[in-house]
Amino acid sequence: MVYLTRKIEFSASHYYNNPAMSPEENRRVFGKCNNPHGHGHNYVLEVTVAGTPDPTTGMVLDLKELKEILEREITERMDHRFLNYEVPELAGKIPTTENVAAVIWNLLEPKITRGKLHCVRLYETPDLFVDCFGDAP
Amino acid sequence: MKLHLNRRYRFAASHRLHSAQLDESENRRIYGKCNNPYGHGHNYVVEVSVSGAVDPATGMIANLVELDAFVGREVLDAFDHKNLNEEIPLFREQVPTTENLCVEIFRRLRAFPAARLDRVRLEETGLNSFEYAGEPEESNR
Repeated sequence: MVYLTRKIEFSASHYYNNPAMSPEENRRVFGKCNNPHGHGHNYVLEVTVAGTPDPTTGMVLDLKELKEILEREITERMDHRFLNYEVPELAGKIPTTENVAAVIWNLLEPKITRGKLHCVRLYETPDLFVDCFGDAP
Repeated sequence: MKLHLNRRYRFAASHRLHSAQLDESENRRIYGKCNNPYGHGHNYVVEVSVSGAVDPATGMIANLVELDAFVGREVLDAFDHKNLNEEIPLFREQVPTTENLCVEIFRRLRAFPAARLDRVRLEETGLNSFEYAGEPEESNR
C-alpha cells in the first residue's frame, strides 16, 4: 500500500455560535470565536489517498485528477467564503475544524475512485489541526 | 466519524545527558556534546493528539481553552525555562533524553478529562522528533 498526499490552501471566515444557547453561554464557550462578524484563517488541507500503484502508469491515482477534484469540491466551495453562510454542507453546523474536516471527508470520499481516501488533515493554524479518517475502525 | 484533534505547544528547557550507571569516559563516548556538565538547551515543540466524539452542541472534540489550560498546567508550567535534570524529580533518576521526556509528557497528559489522549509527539529540534502513544496493554484513561 502506498500513501499519496496532496496539499492545498484556502482562506475562509467563520464564527462559532449555537442558537440553542444564550448569548452569554455562547461567549463563555466559544470566546473570541463567537464574534458574529466572523474572523478568518488560512486553512491548509492535506489529503492522503491509499492505494497500489498501477503497474502501467506507476501511479496510485493521477495527481492531475486529484488536483481537479480538490479544486472543484473544496477550493471553489470554500475559498474566500464565509463558511457559516456560504457552504450549504455546513448549514446548521458550527464550522469548527472538526466539523469542516468531516464535511471535507464526506465531499471527497465518493469522488476518489482510484485508490481510497485515507486521511483528511485540516490545519486551521500551524498549531491546530484535525485528522479525519472517516468511519475507519 | 473518526477524528483526532492535534495541538502544538512550545517550551524551552535545558538538560544534560548523563547516566549514573556509566563511567565518565563511557558517558562522553555515548552522549558526546550532550554530556557537557554545564548542560545545554532546546526549544521543544509538543504536539498533543486527542480524540473523542464531537459534541453536537459545540462542534468540538474538546474545548481548546480547556486543553490549553491542562497542557499549560501539567507540562508547560513545569518544564518551560527549567533545567530538566535539576528541577524535574524524575530526571534525577532517569536520563532526560527526548524519548524519556516524551513518555513523561504523555503520562502527565493522560488524565485529560475531556477527550482520550492518543499520542504525544515531541520535537527536540526541527530535525529530531519522538512519538509515544502509550503501551498497547495499558488503557490511556
